[in-house]
Amino acid sequence: MKDLLNGWGLTAATFLPLVGAVVMMLLPKADEALHKVVALLTSSAVFAVVVALLANFDYDRTRVLQFGQNRSWISVINSRYIVGIDGISLPLLALTAFIVPLVIIYSWDHFPEPHNPKAFLILTLVLETGMVGTFVAQDLILFFVFFELVLLPMYFMIGVWGGEQRQYASIKFFLYTAFGSALMIVAFLSLYFLAKGPGGAPLHTFSMIELSRWQGAGLARVTGLVIFGGMFAGFGIKVPMFPFHTWLPDAHTQAPTQGSVILAAVLLKLGTYGFVRIAIPILPAAAREWAPWIGLLAVIGIIYGALGCLAQTDMKRMIAFSSVAHMGFVMLGIATLTSFGINAAIFGMVAHGLITGMLFFIAGSVKERYHTLEIRRLGGLLLQAPRMGWLLGFSAMASLGLPGLAGFWGEFPAILAAYQPAAGLNQNVFRVYMVVAALGTVFAAGYLLWLLQRVAFGVPTEEFVGEHVHDMHLTDYLAWAPMIALIVVLGVYPNLIFRITDGAVVQSVTALGR
Amino acid sequence: MLAALPTQVAAAGAGSFRSPPIDWHAFAPLVVLAGVFVLVLLVDLFTAEHQKWLTSTLTGIGMLGALIPVLTLAVDGGDRTMFGGAFVVDDFALVMDAVFLVAGYVTVLLSTNAIAEGDYWEGEYYQMLLASVLGMVVMASARDLVSIFVALELLSIPAYLLAGWRKRELTGNEAGLKYYLMGVFATAVMLYGMSLIYGGTGSTLLVEIGRRMDGSFGATPVAALGIVFTLVGFAFKVSAVPFHNWAPDTYEGAPTPVTAFLSVASKAAGFVALMELVFVAFYGRADVYGPMMWILAAATMTVGNLIALRQTNIVRLFAYSSVAQAGFIIAPLAIAGSRGSAPDAIRAIVTYAIIYTAMNLGAFGVIIAVSRKTRSGEIASWGGLFEYAPGLTAAMTVFLFALAGIPPLGGWFAKFQVFKAVLSAAGVSGAALAVVIAVNTVVSLYYYAGIARVMWFEPVPDGDRTPIRIQPAVGLAVVLMAGLTIVFGFIPGTVAHFGNVATDLFAAAAGTR
Repeated sequence: MKDLLNGWGLTAATFLPLVGAVVMMLLPKADEALHKVVALLTSSAVFAVVVALLANFDYDRTRVLQFGQNRSWISVINSRYIVGIDGISLPLLALTAFIVPLVIIYSWDHFPEPHNPKAFLILTLVLETGMVGTFVAQDLILFFVFFELVLLPMYFMIGVWGGEQRQYASIKFFLYTAFGSALMIVAFLSLYFLAKGPGGAPLHTFSMIELSRWQGAGLARVTGLVIFGGMFAGFGIKVPMFPFHTWLPDAHTQAPTQGSVILAAVLLKLGTYGFVRIAIPILPAAAREWAPWIGLLAVIGIIYGALGCLAQTDMKRMIAFSSVAHMGFVMLGIATLTSFGINAAIFGMVAHGLITGMLFFIAGSVKERYHTLEIRRLGGLLLQAPRMGWLLGFSAMASLGLPGLAGFWGEFPAILAAYQPAAGLNQNVFRVYMVVAALGTVFAAGYLLWLLQRVAFGVPTEEFVGEHVHDMHLTDYLAWAPMIALIVVLGVYPNLIFRITDGAVVQSVTALGR
Repeated sequence: MLAALPTQVAAAGAGSFRSPPIDWHAFAPLVVLAGVFVLVLLVDLFTAEHQKWLTSTLTGIGMLGALIPVLTLAVDGGDRTMFGGAFVVDDFALVMDAVFLVAGYVTVLLSTNAIAEGDYWEGEYYQMLLASVLGMVVMASARDLVSIFVALELLSIPAYLLAGWRKRELTGNEAGLKYYLMGVFATAVMLYGMSLIYGGTGSTLLVEIGRRMDGSFGATPVAALGIVFTLVGFAFKVSAVPFHNWAPDTYEGAPTPVTAFLSVASKAAGFVALMELVFVAFYGRADVYGPMMWILAAATMTVGNLIALRQTNIVRLFAYSSVAQAGFIIAPLAIAGSRGSAPDAIRAIVTYAIIYTAMNLGAFGVIIAVSRKTRSGEIASWGGLFEYAPGLTAAMTVFLFALAGIPPLGGWFAKFQVFKAVLSAAGVSGAALAVVIAVNTVVSLYYYAGIARVMWFEPVPDGDRTPIRIQPAVGLAVVLMAGLTIVFGFIPGTVAHFGNVATDLFAAAAGTR
């Protein structure tokens, strides 16, 4: 079993969804039940593989890449099929494998219009391959291919099944991210040419492991800064960080519920993961110079996102802006360049994935029942659909960082880490960031409670008085219960993740001199 | 092998005329094509109107038949040189031969029904196609200014005729005439450049010119003028900005299969000539062709892309898109002269040409299939294609996003190789060009995704959802090209291998210096 996992575990987790998608392509479109079953079985199989990986993971050696594979792929450019996971990838891999089956369960009777479960589920599975692949790839080109692979399915998901502005939102999403990736690939190639081995001979490698060992030694300062800038464009747009965030509210608002959930839960993490896995370990010196600016954009994002939330009239758009703010906390944690901050960031990624995913699920269900998400027209959810109302309250509490729920452990340590950033960073600047970010949590409490008050409390608006609103369906229970449970478990026992990430993070920040 | 050349040349000049030794194996692809040409001519003469399909079948078989000697030559290995070095069959030539023959075969597949139904002259059409492909195959092996010129005329003159094939329509006449006049003009400029170079070096042999260029003549302004004029002639052929004006009108007016052929094979032939000239003859003068190619590449991709954004006609859009794609292919030439970058540049251009052939021919296959139903070239008429032709829509989506360079479809590796080549030069100019390419990639994504948007997201314009009946030949072409595009994307090693072996063009030339 262990041998099998070592050899094939990660490859299976990556490509099983693609196999499922191909099988579904060959099945007739009319047999919808069959498609749902195949999709659910495939994603469950991926989940099972990931659980097996979790069970066999050596938690005492989280800093070492495990279940690694290193095979020849494109020999001409010395790009190899290298996969492996350590403590940084593991939580995100688990999150991805966990969310996708839940999304498929939620979809069971809630397929968005135009009704076409076959195409929709195929796209979901292709997305899963891209997401899983990104988290396990240890070669820059392999990473790039998977990183880009998620674009097409998401583009079609928003464009075909989205809201009224879907065409605008989908192309905006596509162009923004493609622009970042184009600069990112240029940066990757520059690394390929400029990285040198200890003897001064060019490495000519895309292997993240070897490049992280090189750490930009002997690279001219400006060159390093520019290359880091290229990667910053790729990852920062994906996160998204403040000036590049404008695609996110549109994409989230227009995407179908399932698309929003996957986007919030996993896709945004591809960017932050890229910083932690690639940009910082490979170019630590450039990272140190960029860090204050990243931190600045992060806190601007926190405040701007929060203010944006207060101005929104649409529930989904508001949650989207709250994502900008939350990802700001994650980026602040990363910008401190301390193991404490980066651990918090990874926790924040997982927590944000679960909580915001949950919020989007609820928003989608509200939309389905009321056919609107305009906050002004909603109200009294607790009277008409009490269980959903309470879950909205629960998720809002988790999102604003209530201690005891998962959100707290993403935000609080990130703020705390800014008090004492890595050696060589300006303490005063980061302390200012800390204060501003702390203010951001107050805003977060403000907009989330305000949302809760207007949507869940009070009485239904005249429009919906007396209308029968169906509370949760069976599929809702099945899809949401695991997420709620995990939010509580992680809130009560955060060490579940910190224990895994810490070793690997310490390893990757040793390069920074701490 | 090439080292023995000078003596051979001297021997040929000394005595009375002796027939040069001919290596028939190396000549076999040309012989097959020429033979089929004659055969098609005869068959066309002696068959009735309803049997003209024979000509198309024969042409298709002929293209594939010519691939057999190409394969045996590749298996055989080793370079074969004839006519004192004017005609060389090396791996570079064989790879490009294969590209031209496959492109020719796919063009036959695309033409079969369109030409038979369109009241066009079938027999002559296929003869012209064969002659043009013959010229391209000669071009791949030409290593001499004269043989390059002969190859160029052999491939161009039939192409002028093909472009004007719809002779009862004004746009068809415009297409042919515009292409012809601009082509002749460019040829004249090119010949002037060649004459300057011959005057200065005293040789038409590319290797010899290369040697003289490294010497004292290379430093003179005349040499620079000659280089620029010669390259301009081929910049026209590959429709580089500012020599691209003919392309949109010609592409729109020509029969669509001819447009596919022009935008792929004819363009690739132009690149083959550019590579031969740059890497063998002019290599030492990077200070002349480097900046020239930099500007051509940046202007071509930027202008092509920006104008493509405004197009509403699918063929015109593809005309400008192919202009922009040419810019990407030219880019590696800008840094070819930097130390150690030449092999990377050849790899990039050859890889790009192969992948571009697959994805662009496939896209034209879908255009031909769809326009049979919609009877319109407007992109708007493609609305809701997904609802009644999901297979074609999926294939077109593959081609479009491959052209845009989105992994894991073939195009990404082509773009990647170009990025790698321009960055290998390790200089600011290479890095700047890489950024220009990156930005242009995103711009092109907008219009490629725009077509996908119409197919997938828009409603059917006239509500006519009758399924499209795809002719078997076109269907085969689309399936073949889609398969290649996907395989090239997932297993880039396949196509990278061809790019790799083609670098012997430079290696052989460098060996003689």
